[in-house]
Amino acid sequence: MTIKIDVDMTKCQHYGQCVFEAPNIFRLNNDDKLEYTAEADDSERANVEAAIDVCPMQAIFIVD
Amino acid sequence: MTKPVVIVGASMGGLRVAEALRRFGYAGPITAIGDEPYAPYNRPPLSKEVLAKEVSHEAVAFAQRPATEDVNWVLGTRVVSADVDHKTVTDSNGETHAYSALIAATGLRPKRLQVPNGELAGRHAVRTLDDAIGLRAALVPGARVVILGAGFIGCEVAATARKLGCEVTVVAPGAHPIVRPLGVELAKEIQRRHEAEGVRFLMKTTITDLIGTARVEGVQLDSGEQLDCDVLVEAIGSHANTEWLEGTDIDIADGILTDNAMRAIRTDGTVHEDVFAIGDVAKFANPIFDEVARRVEHWNIPTDTAKRVGQVLGAKLNSAENWPSVLDEQFAPVPSFWSDQFEMHILAFGLLALADDIKLIAGEIEGDCVFGYYRAGTMVGVCGIGLRSTVQSYRAAIGSLAS
Ligand SMILES: Cc1cc2nc3c(=O)[nH]c(=O)nc-3n(C[C@H](O)[C@H](O)[C@H](O)COP(=O)(O)OP(=O)(O)OC[C@H]3O[C@@H](n4cnc5c(N)ncnc54)[C@H](O)[C@@H]3O)c2cc1C
Ligand code: SF4
Repeated sequence: MTIKIDVDMTKCQHYGQCVFEAPNIFRLNNDDKLEYTAEADDSERANVEAAIDVCPMQAIFIVD
Repeated sequence: MTKPVVIVGASMGGLRVAEALRRFGYAGPITAIGDEPYAPYNRPPLSKEVLAKEVSHEAVAFAQRPATEDVNWVLGTRVVSADVDHKTVTDSNGETHAYSALIAATGLRPKRLQVPNGELAGRHAVRTLDDAIGLRAALVPGARVVILGAGFIGCEVAATARKLGCEVTVVAPGAHPIVRPLGVELAKEIQRRHEAEGVRFLMKTTITDLIGTARVEGVQLDSGEQLDCDVLVEAIGSHANTEWLEGTDIDIADGILTDNAMRAIRTDGTVHEDVFAIGDVAKFANPIFDEVARRVEHWNIPTDTAKRVGQVLGAKLNSAENWPSVLDEQFAPVPSFWSDQFEMHILAFGLLALADDIKLIAGEIEGDCVFGYYRAGTMVGVCGIGLRSTVQSYRAAIGSLAS
């Protein structure tokens, strides 16, 4: 099983709070912009859900 | 029938604690009672981009998860009292709700300006979606907007109103905007950047009365000066919503006092086993810093405190193996906040207000920059304009102070 992750980049303000919750999925690049992996193993679901909770812009979604 | 867990306050904290209870295995009934008519929504955008764009519940509502679909949301209903001996709360319709455990998530409400001529239209505060809808309608180009208070919310509203084409004056008693907790150097720079965008600051000043008959037409300042004003925004801090707990034995002096498991503490110092408080209304000591109980009005606190309650109460209600040993686990959330004002993206971790020494540690003050906040030589906070990766790199160090 895999999950698909979507970040609404029109909402994302690159605060990087998600990085602490799901470091395997989210990171800030050298320009301090968010980069993320759009597909991950289901074992990452709890981490991604935690990232959804802490995203100030509520920009992260799991597409089921 | 098993009595439900009753959550009072149906905002971010209320939603997150319902989710956390489910995540930690509690499958029983949950009732969440909130006085706003809306399902839980995100407040920070209300002073920022949502205020500039479309203000609607849809734009700010939290996504709801399947796990909390069966929560009984009782919205548009205020809880007026609690009886912690008989384990009930009573709402404004006179209905009584029995509980197995009670979770207080009632947050804060804005302090308002007290003046002789106060009964006028055109006065605003920003806490709720309805507040933001009302303020948005008033922020028309050319409107003369006076903002009382130069904290984060005052400065954010100033920036947003300016972007919408209003004439904006900030009136505040302090020497610089957000000087507490940011410190003089950063505060001055933020003021400079606001002034460059056309925001006017009247610092070390306050409003003594309002001018007008039906609507606000002007404000009287303590300097003797008067300002024309179409829209007055009051951003002068907040009160904890604890009146509904008056008459109980819970310590509600400026927030609900809790222990490290977020359990409410009585005025005699003993702990309630089945009354909890979370989010902005909770007042607790954080082992990262010291043993002083504080309210922390940051957005990560509802989520972090909700998880802690989910862990503790979930284990207790399920008589789980780790009950009561979860109580011994240390709860030490790293406070985090951010703010957007014009092109400034401010990000911070820790409790900056505790610092006795503040130093520039990266970048340059006129551009992107990071400040470190130290108490007795130990970093207790970090704050930057831009340079997010650098700011983030200090978070772990602050968090590790707890152990
Ligand atoms: C305009 C604004 C901008 C913000 N910006 C930021 C930011 O940029 N960064 C940041 O870190 N934080 C920010 N915050 C703070 C953040 O939004 C709060 O920390 C968070 O909303 C607290 O959530 P809560 O659930 O504890 O309380 P609240 O969101 O206040 O929810 C409490 C709920 O309980 C209800 N209630 C109260 N009394 C009763 C009663 N007796 N019966 C029933 N219901 C009751 C209230 O109506 C409310 O719906 C901002 C806050 C505001 C208002
Ligand atoms: S937490 Fe949200 S806003 Fe911040 S970088 Fe991640 S997706 Fe973007």
